[in-house]
Amino acid sequence: MSFRGHNVLTLEGVDASSILEVLDTAESFVEVNQRTIKKVPALKGRVVASLFFEESTRTRLSFETAAKRLGADVVSLAVASSSVKKGESLRDTIATVDALGIDAVVLRHKSSGAAVQVSRFVPHVRVINGGDGLHQHPTQGLLDVFTVRQILANRAGALGSETGGELFKGLKVLIVGDIRHSRVARSDIAAYTALGAEVRVAAPGTLLPSDLTGWPVTVVENFEEALAWADVIGLLRLQQERGTGAFVPSLSEFTATFGLTTERAAVLDPTTIILHPGPMNRGVEIDSLVADRDNAFMTRQVTNGVPVRMAVLYLSIAGSKELA
Amino acid sequence: MTLLLRGGTVVGPTATHIADVLIRDGRIAAVGQNLDATGAEIIDASGCWVGPALVDIHTHLREPGREEAETIESGANAGVLGGYGALVAMPNTEPALDNVALVSYVLAQGAKTRLDVAVAGAITVGRQGESLAPIAEMAALGVRLFTDDGTGVQNPAVMRRALQYAAPLGVRLAQHCEDEALAAGGVMNEGAVSARLGLVGRPALAEELMVMRDIELLRTTGGRLHFLHLSTARSLALVQAAKAQGLDVTSEIAPHHFILSEESCEGFDAHFKVHPPLRTPSDVLALRAALLDGGVDAVATDHAPHAPELKDLPFDEAPAGMLGLEHAAALTLEVLRDDPVAFFQVLSRGPARIAQLRAIDNAPDGSAHGGDVVAGEVANLVVLDPHERWHVDKNALASRATNTPYHGRELHGKVRATIVRGRLVMNEGELQ
Repeated sequence: MSFRGHNVLTLEGVDASSILEVLDTAESFVEVNQRTIKKVPALKGRVVASLFFEESTRTRLSFETAAKRLGADVVSLAVASSSVKKGESLRDTIATVDALGIDAVVLRHKSSGAAVQVSRFVPHVRVINGGDGLHQHPTQGLLDVFTVRQILANRAGALGSETGGELFKGLKVLIVGDIRHSRVARSDIAAYTALGAEVRVAAPGTLLPSDLTGWPVTVVENFEEALAWADVIGLLRLQQERGTGAFVPSLSEFTATFGLTTERAAVLDPTTIILHPGPMNRGVEIDSLVADRDNAFMTRQVTNGVPVRMAVLYLSIAGSKELA
Repeated sequence: MTLLLRGGTVVGPTATHIADVLIRDGRIAAVGQNLDATGAEIIDASGCWVGPALVDIHTHLREPGREEAETIESGANAGVLGGYGALVAMPNTEPALDNVALVSYVLAQGAKTRLDVAVAGAITVGRQGESLAPIAEMAALGVRLFTDDGTGVQNPAVMRRALQYAAPLGVRLAQHCEDEALAAGGVMNEGAVSARLGLVGRPALAEELMVMRDIELLRTTGGRLHFLHLSTARSLALVQAAKAQGLDVTSEIAPHHFILSEESCEGFDAHFKVHPPLRTPSDVLALRAALLDGGVDAVATDHAPHAPELKDLPFDEAPAGMLGLEHAAALTLEVLRDDPVAFFQVLSRGPARIAQLRAIDNAPDGSAHGGDVVAGEVANLVVLDPHERWHVDKNALASRATNTPYHGRELHGKVRATIVRGRLVMNEGELQ
């Protein structure tokens, strides 16, 4: 299947061709973002609702920028100024926004599955999951693989789209940190493995999922060896706001055991790609000095978020055959 | 009222036979061939099972406090449509049924309904798990089951004290087994599915540890203990082992735990959220095996109505629980269609024994459930067709709530008539 004309709720079970279609579409939008007039009329006249029920700065900005660069009108509901605070249910909020006349909704919610539920409430509206609880964050997964392909293709003197999915075959990806509470990890693992990469995870026992049956990953036994093994290191935010504090004795112990410290980074191959979805806890998951190294691509991830989300919005909203 | 149930398969405690059942003045007047039907309303029971009316020892009637979800009357109507002649109302109302006044209110309201309503009283004041509720005073009103259901009594010292206090009163405590510390924040079974969906799990261990704990407490205190809605293979095995050792333990399982598994949660539909949670497919198989080999004493619904808007909440915010009364018989038939004796054992005779609702239990209200189908017995009976096919429609329920997880499901087997104390209270889906 493809995301054309479909909701974007999860990357689990999504095949390589669907992901590569997004990446190739995003690549064509990169150029738009480098123009003086950063706008194309691909979604002109369409309305995208941005509903963020959970605090977010970069994802919200990224989605709204993406929608506007495609010419869409954006209606935005901030939770603090909405009826949600007065006890309105998610279903009623969606129905109200839908009544304004919208083509798509970008939803961020603290509850796993919220985007899936909303897609049942408004089946005629395209739903883009902007992150639901601990479940999935599909556009983050897509922008992460987009960023990796872009970097590797550049090194080979090619465009990402010219390489297809070749650069992911056998690529060694290490995901480190709070896998258990991370929707980014769930989406990243699905995206990398669909494209043919080998994924290993490193975390304290309490921050691994309660049951990894069926996950296409292996758990590393030696963190230092895994760092040396990896072509790509994906760090995760230690989500203290989700109560993860109780899962490790202290932040400093987490840093001592699973942090990407200056000492550990010193022995990395200089080509190893370091990613982090942000916002970073500098000094916890990663030392400040490491975060600012040339092979740490956090700013590139943010930059790429816009064309990737443009691609997702475009494919999902305008991509169906009857609408094209 | 004189009723004749013509030509049904009469299901006794050990065997079945085809016969007419004549009902007069609230009792079974005769069971035999070609009975004289002069003056009687005749119900054609051919092809149907005729057995003791079903008994649900685990019903949340929501009154007082949550009448928007269910009332004693609407829950009773759901019950008679489902073939029930008696319900035991759970005490987790608002306020909790932890004193004589509230128990009396529910009994009085229940007496106005089409079936017999018994009450389970709270073990502790306000179901807070701290100090004992007036168990003896409630027992004097006829209360025979006590539970803090909704949650279990967490503190082992309090539970031990409750068992010690209840033992000489002849009443039975009933425990919702889930260690809240282990289950904290959990919204579905902990396992591969919850990990993938990013939903916090309630581990099987949370249930099993409390089953183990309470068996050991009971071993020191004596008395009677009932395990509510057991959901794992290990829980059933623990209770069976304790029973084999001579402890007076009984167990129930709920239809949703032997019909549905954790995989139903894949769509994040909160209609599948329940405590204890839907478990693994292998637990489902273990529960089904227990039904077939007598490894459980009762099937109980855990009928838990919730207002519709609450089940539209995100999965982690929605309340736990699902409707059960109107479909439990057909769902149990999915396992026991070939064994009518076992069917009535788990849905009527077993639960009536646990809740002390049989004739020999001498309940103050004169109720007598779960008996044999012979002349002289109080006529609490059900007629059901084990083969009729129909579909669940959440918009056609007697319950005020609509939170059934079975909407659209084809069921195989339907209750045709329910008779309570000789009165036809439901016939062909119509309340009488």
